[in-house]
Amino acid sequence: MELMNIRSLTQSAKSGRNWLGLASLLTGLLAWWAIARYGGLPSFILPSPGQVWSRFLRALLDGSLFVHTGVTLVEILTGLLAGALAATVLGYLVAKSRALERVLSPYLVASQAVPLVAIAPLLVIWFGPGMFSKILICALIVFFPVLVNTVVGVRAVPTALHDLMRSLRATRGQILLKLEIPAALPVFLGGLRIGATLSVIGAVVGELVGADMGLGFLVNVGRGQYDTALVFVAVFTLILLALALYGIVAWAERKLLSWQEN
Amino acid sequence: MSVDPILTVHNLSAVFPDSNGGLRALDGVSFEVCPQEFVCVLGPSGSGKSTLLRILAGLLPPSSGKVTFHGGEHPGIGMVFQQANLMPWRTVSENLMLPLELAGAEIGASRQKAQEMMELVGLEGFGSYWPRDLSGGMAQRVAIARALIHDPDLLLLDEPFGSLDALTRERMWMELSRIWQARQKTVLMVTHSISEALFLADRVLVLSQRPGKVKMGLEVDLPRPRKDEMRYTAHFGVLARQLKEAIG
Repeated sequence: MELMNIRSLTQSAKSGRNWLGLASLLTGLLAWWAIARYGGLPSFILPSPGQVWSRFLRALLDGSLFVHTGVTLVEILTGLLAGALAATVLGYLVAKSRALERVLSPYLVASQAVPLVAIAPLLVIWFGPGMFSKILICALIVFFPVLVNTVVGVRAVPTALHDLMRSLRATRGQILLKLEIPAALPVFLGGLRIGATLSVIGAVVGELVGADMGLGFLVNVGRGQYDTALVFVAVFTLILLALALYGIVAWAERKLLSWQEN
Repeated sequence: MSVDPILTVHNLSAVFPDSNGGLRALDGVSFEVCPQEFVCVLGPSGSGKSTLLRILAGLLPPSSGKVTFHGGEHPGIGMVFQQANLMPWRTVSENLMLPLELAGAEIGASRQKAQEMMELVGLEGFGSYWPRDLSGGMAQRVAIARALIHDPDLLLLDEPFGSLDALTRERMWMELSRIWQARQKTVLMVTHSISEALFLADRVLVLSQRPGKVKMGLEVDLPRPRKDEMRYTAHFGVLARQLKEAIG
C-alpha cells in the first residue's frame, strides 16, 4: 500500500508541479545545513551537507564507493532475479494446482511469519560472510510478494478467455504465452515492484550482519570509525539504488501495460 | 430437408455433479443441423442451452450421447460469448488476428484478413483501438468478426446480444443477418428472445425447462432478407405465439 502511495506521489510530481518537489527538497537540505551549522552538534553526530559531499567525492575518487556499490548491486540484482524467477515458476504451479497449494501453503505462511532480519545472522553463519549469503537473503525477501502476486494474477485470468482459447483449440503453450502471461502481467509487475524495493533491504540487512564488502559494510565501517559522513554517503547511495530499481520496474510497467487506462 | 446434415446431435445428456445425485442440465437432446443453416436454440433460463453450446464447442464433455460432426474429427469453431470477451491488452486488429495466430498463419495474410473482417462488420479504421475504447455494440461486432476470421465450419453464438441495449441489439440483428448471408456459415445460436430467434433463424429449436429437452422444432418460413417491418406482420405474430406456447 505504501508503495502504491509512493507511485501516485511520483506520478503527481510529474504532472507539471516538478518545481514544488524540488523546492521541498532544497528546503530540507537547507534545514539540514542550518541544524548542522547552528545546532551545536559535533560532526560525528550530524555532518553537514558539505562534509557529506566532500566525503562522497573522496569515496568516489579513491574508487571505494564504486567497488562497494558494485558488490551490493550485484547482490541485489542476482537475489532479485533468483527470488523472482523461483517465485514466478512456483507461483504459476501453485495457481494451477490446488493440491500443490495445500501441500506448500503451511511452509509459505510460516516463511512469512519468520522475520528475515532475525534469521539473517543464521544464514551468514551457514553460508559465510561473502556475497552468497546476501544473495540468499535478498532472494528470500523478494520471493513472497512475487509469489503471491503471481498466484493472484494467474488465478484472476478470466474463465471466459480460457473458454475462448479452448474453443479455438489453443495448445497449453499458446494459452500460457498469449493468455496467462499477458493477463497476469499487471498484478505480477505490482509484486515485482514491491520485490525490487525489498531486495535492497535484503542485501543491506545481510551486509550489516556480517560482510567485508558492500554498502551495508560501509555503513558499519563508518559507524565504527565515527566517520558519520561515510554512513550518510552509503545511505544516500542505497536510496538512489532503490529508487533506480523502482523506477526501472515502474518504467517497464508503463511500457508493457500501455493498454491499461491511466 | 434433402441436404445431408453437417452436425448430428444424438441423445445428448449433461449431468453436473452436486450434493444430491447430480444436476441434470440436458436430457436426451437430439437434432440435426444442415450446412449453411441458421438454427436458434430458444429456451428459458436454466434450460441448459448454454451447456449445449459448450458441449458443441468442446468446452465440456457430454455425460452421455453423441455429437457427430460430418466433415472431420475437429471442426473449426467460431464462438461468440455473452460478453465480447476481447483481450484488453490487444488492439482490435490484434484481437481479430488471434484465431489465425493460434493456427500458425502467416502474419501478412492475417493482417489482410483482419482488414477485410473489419470492413465486413463496419469497423474500418478501428484496427488500432484498444477494446476499452469501444462501445458494447462495437466490441460485440469485433467478437463476431473474430469468430469468423478463421473461416470456421460452425459458428456458435451464446446469447451474443444479451448485454446490449434494445436499440443496439436490433441493429445487431440486421448486421448478423447481413454477415450470415455474405458468409454462408452454419450457425447455431442460443437465445431467450423469441423475436431474435424468429428474425434470424431458419429453424428454431425450443428447449424445455431443466432438464432441457427439445420440445419443438419450428421452421421459420419468413422470406429473406429479413426486414424490420416483418416483425409487425401477422405471420410473425403467429410464429411468435407458437414459440411462446411451446416455451410455456
